Amino acid sequence: MSGANRIKGKGRLTPARTLRFTFDGKALTAVEGDTLASALISNGIHLTGRSYKYHRPRGMLSAGPEEPNALIDISRDAARRTPNVRATVQEVFDGMRARSQNRWPSLAFDIGGINNFASPLFAAGFYYKTFMWPKAAWTKVYEPIIRAAAGLGVAPVEPDPDHYANHHVHCDVLVIGGGAAGLSAALAAAHAGAEVILCDEQPETGGAFHHDTDATIDGVQGWEWAQAATAELRAMDNVRVLSRTTAFGSQAQNHVALVERVTEHLANPDPALPRERLWQVRARQVVIATGAIERHMVFANNDRPGIMLASAARTFLNHFGVAVGAKVGVYTACDSAWAAAFDLKQAGVSVPAIVDVRTDPDPALVARARELGIEVLAGQCVLDTSGKLRVKSMKVGRASGGSTRDIAIDALIMSAGWTPSVHMYSQSRGKVVWDEASQRFLPGRNVQDCMSVGACAGVDDLADAIAGAAEAGQAAARAAGAKDGKDWTAPQSASAASWAGSMMGSAGGAGAETSVKAFVDFQNDVTAKDIRLAVREGMHSIEHVKRFTTNGMATDQGKTSNIHGLAIAAEMLGKPLPQVGLTTFRAPYTPVTFGAIVNHSRGSLFDPTRCTPMHAAEEAQGAVFEDVGQWKRAWYYPRAGEDMHQAVNRECRTVREVAGLFDASTLGKIEVVGPDAAEFLNLMYTNSWDKLEPGRCKYGIMLREDGFIYDDGVVGRMAEDRFHVTTTTGGAPRVMHHMEDYLQTEFPHLKVWLTSTTEQWAVIAVQGPKAREIIAPLVEGIDMSNEAMPHMSVREGTICGVPTRLFRMSFTGETGFEVNVPADYGAAVWTALWERAEPLGACAYGTEAMHVLRAEKGYIIVGQDTDGTVTPDDAGLNWAVARKKPDFVGIRGMTRPDLIAPGRKQLVGLVTRDPSIVLEEGAQIVADPNQSVPMTMIGHVTSSYWSENCGRSIAMGVVAGGRSLKGKTLYVPMPERTIEIEVTDAVFIDKEGVRLNG
Amino acid sequence: MLLIHCPYCQEDRPELEFRNTGEAHIERPKDIASISDADFEKFFFIRTNPKGVTYERWRHIHGCARFFNAVRDTVSDRFVTTYKAGEPRVEVERGEDGMLKLKESGQ
Amino acid sequence: MAKSAQAVRTPPLAGRISGAAGVQLTPAAPAARVSLRAGANDAKALSTALGLDLPLRPKTSAGSLPGRLAAWLGPDEWLVIDETGDPLADLGKAEVLCSAVDISHRNTAILVSGKGARATLESGCPQNLSDSVFPVGAASRTVLGKIEVVIIRTADTDYRVECWRSFSTYAFDFLSESARDCLA
Repeated sequence: MSGANRIKGKGRLTPARTLRFTFDGKALTAVEGDTLASALISNGIHLTGRSYKYHRPRGMLSAGPEEPNALIDISRDAARRTPNVRATVQEVFDGMRARSQNRWPSLAFDIGGINNFASPLFAAGFYYKTFMWPKAAWTKVYEPIIRAAAGLGVAPVEPDPDHYANHHVHCDVLVIGGGAAGLSAALAAAHAGAEVILCDEQPETGGAFHHDTDATIDGVQGWEWAQAATAELRAMDNVRVLSRTTAFGSQAQNHVALVERVTEHLANPDPALPRERLWQVRARQVVIATGAIERHMVFANNDRPGIMLASAARTFLNHFGVAVGAKVGVYTACDSAWAAAFDLKQAGVSVPAIVDVRTDPDPALVARARELGIEVLAGQCVLDTSGKLRVKSMKVGRASGGSTRDIAIDALIMSAGWTPSVHMYSQSRGKVVWDEASQRFLPGRNVQDCMSVGACAGVDDLADAIAGAAEAGQAAARAAGAKDGKDWTAPQSASAASWAGSMMGSAGGAGAETSVKAFVDFQNDVTAKDIRLAVREGMHSIEHVKRFTTNGMATDQGKTSNIHGLAIAAEMLGKPLPQVGLTTFRAPYTPVTFGAIVNHSRGSLFDPTRCTPMHAAEEAQGAVFEDVGQWKRAWYYPRAGEDMHQAVNRECRTVREVAGLFDASTLGKIEVVGPDAAEFLNLMYTNSWDKLEPGRCKYGIMLREDGFIYDDGVVGRMAEDRFHVTTTTGGAPRVMHHMEDYLQTEFPHLKVWLTSTTEQWAVIAVQGPKAREIIAPLVEGIDMSNEAMPHMSVREGTICGVPTRLFRMSFTGETGFEVNVPADYGAAVWTALWERAEPLGACAYGTEAMHVLRAEKGYIIVGQDTDGTVTPDDAGLNWAVARKKPDFVGIRGMTRPDLIAPGRKQLVGLVTRDPSIVLEEGAQIVADPNQSVPMTMIGHVTSSYWSENCGRSIAMGVVAGGRSLKGKTLYVPMPERTIEIEVTDAVFIDKEGVRLNG
Repeated sequence: MLLIHCPYCQEDRPELEFRNTGEAHIERPKDIASISDADFEKFFFIRTNPKGVTYERWRHIHGCARFFNAVRDTVSDRFVTTYKAGEPRVEVERGEDGMLKLKESGQ
Repeated sequence: MAKSAQAVRTPPLAGRISGAAGVQLTPAAPAARVSLRAGANDAKALSTALGLDLPLRPKTSAGSLPGRLAAWLGPDEWLVIDETGDPLADLGKAEVLCSAVDISHRNTAILVSGKGARATLESGCPQNLSDSVFPVGAASRTVLGKIEVVIIRTADTDYRVECWRSFSTYAFDFLSESARDCLA
């Protein structure tokens, strides 16, 4: 048996199955099924960390997911280290390494503990006030010190080697919580024939039966019934039971996010298993059975290690077989702590006194305490505690004053009553309602198709909870459409447990006039005094109090603290509690890893990488690729010894002198088919398409309704009723969407259909004087002569024996063709063309050379030379706007006053006086370089390259009134010098277009 | 993630299959080329962005690819109804329980 | 004119194979595919030309492979797949208004089969794929992870996932990772 505090015969673990783990380097033993919390306590360790702000020693407050204090760094190996893990949730596995956090140099002696004594500096809102002066000191002095001193664990630096899964799942009924109510609801729904998912955050179902041993269901103890019920559910085909699975977010329309911790508890997990699995459940009906969370008592120095919730002590005893101390004091306002005291006493633990703030606790409880030999101090308070690293004594007396007494203890258990866990209900947009009788917030009207049952709905009696849950489960199944099921008869149950009694806010002795540290929110170190201060300083809304004090804003989201904080604020404001209002519950219910949220979307699955059919062939030719959106495009093809600049210069020269092959497959393509196809294109483009003959192509400009250029591309007419439209690479999906929008909603009378064919065709551009010579021998059925197939034409035939749409077009200014073949043939045709091209001295060229070659001809790239505020006139493309058309998209926007006003920026060519200087794209242009800063900027450079063919740099840019400034000198001021430039025509090579038509 | 009823697919489908495409029932003027600057401004730039009942267009872009109209309560995020593009605007009203519902015909 | 050899076809997922216990992932055989667009009123004539009844109900399909299969994608849109014949040629015989566009090479397909097939798809597909909602024969354009796909349930534990060719690497890798985790 491990651990001195393990009590023989108590708990549900098997003592023989021991595990080894370390805590701050010390080797310890646990029992299979232990949480780190129960294992540490069994070894007599309560001190697990230092608090966030004051560095006060802290230990386990709870035994469950609400834990604010015991945040531990857990690791398996160097790469598998997780900070801020709740010790009360983490199961021990063999070989686990646990380290305490936020302490230096050691847990027992921590320098930061000085904050505790300097605490007046750190009162609520301190960061809004204390560090304001001198201003410069914030970044240099205050912030680094605060960052070093305050905080939680340290994030791991190594990449996470594990993988995470995602699962979308649909069901009739999702039951959240596997306590008595949740199990009953699930059984009723499942027997009624519904597809059911039951999730429970703990390793084993049973909920409150982890601590409560006073209940019997179906003649057996509650815990045993719960395990049998779970087994029954697991055996049913229509039920999925997910344990270690937390419902952390309830979204619209019953979309509930669950995270399942698959391997966190295993010593040697199968590498095939995901570490965690995100379940995205879409449930027709949700049954919320999330129970209730016990509150602590708010009194002076209520945070020493060894002071914890009564239910936690009871869980450690009854489930894990661990006594939280040898001499345990009890401080309560609720009956349930009495049961914990009785259990401890009966297990042989000394319980010197039960201090109950109520003057008249249930006489039956008092009698039972007397019978067990426990002193009862009714109407009294714990006024203070002592003990540096573990509680040593409690000072007991009346709040009103009088004599006090110190009682020696080594643990203190407490209960201020139970808060129904309405997180999921509230997240589903339900509004909680204050129940005056029971003094608590309960679920109100259900906004979604959900129901709350059991303790989270304020049902305290076990039999009522089971009956209500069974009814809800059956109703949910019916509402979800389940038929052919049978009724499930709720089992008989009996419980001696009482949950009566509660208090909110600070207990006697920590009242308004004191300055003691009575903690409300342990994780953010918020005391009752801080909340009072916030109200005094003018925070009258609970939302403001919360932000000023940070009460409830830590990773535990105020599960134990929110109600206390609210009650103290209400008392200070002199308002009834419900009028002050509750802060909103938000997802996630408990912390969720980025791994689970991201799941598959890591590495190569973070974003699809799209490759063209010729990718492998280009790679073999030595291509360097660039990312263009999701596409990988060949950027340049360096030969041995070449850098990028040299490779691009060679490619540019070769294309103009011989020819080049270019992969243009990524360009968007849309097949526009139907008798009204030309009419539709008339509306979508500025150009007129009526007179374009089949077999001919045209450059088209597409505007948005506001009159600005949206996209451009060459459109080929394949037949009267069929067009092959091309778009920019990046524009392909949005142009398709834009066209569909107009077709479906504004012009539905047109008989035309659109089909994306971007990926149907592999496209190989062959450009240069020898382009025809390269292609022609491979082609059948097409006369490629200049006469039969002039510039801007398209023919259908075969190449290498496979169908092709062969375009004569050019984005280089050279004689050019674009070979379209069905994509699976792209690689073979590319290779065949390359085998022809290489001996002729041609090259393969990439996107960089393509950019230079088109700039030499002044061809624009939409999105580079335009930015969404450029009109066709601005771009010098007025020739492409059909003036006689009655309508096209953008026709009205184009004539807006600002778009026709003089002085608009116009696209022009720019050359530097010094031909060796290459301008920076994006650089600003000014008329007078000697004006004072800030200068009046009249334009900017949009494209700029070294042109090997021109033997100088070339650029394009937009300049106010640019076309009237041709020949004028302008300036580009740069940090190191001012560059002199001249405005020119944007065509730098072959202005007459002789080469194009060769 | 919302569930959206596609009037063409006739079933509720996950929001990931859809794209919101702005306010509904803004018709492109038939004589757009000749409308005034003010009318163009109203047509192209001005949107209502109401709190409460909103008429919006959606496209089932990763489903049947159709555009359709929806009436949604921006306060609760709840859809009241969806209907095919081109169908007349569906009138809704707020019931006593605060929930939006289809307006009774003949009222 | 010098004749070169007939170009060989290189499908995007050539040679890939994957799976896990209970799931097999296989690139589908090359097929002829047509994106068929027409009004529902013309479906009858087109059905005659194709030799199968074009499905008119959402999320359904007709026919089966390796012969001919037609999936309803939208109220005027069908995806026709054929591993043996030439549906484009057959559609040419129909004397009705339609758009038939060859997309044989635009799409490729991955066959997901085995008892874990559905769970594998559920890793990335938010649609309800349960038996009552997505029975054998169901077909739908939808989402898988970060891409668009068409899922066709061809048998009890067999699904065909169609996607655009450049997304097929992503689809195959995504399904491979999901298969490992399909709870089969």
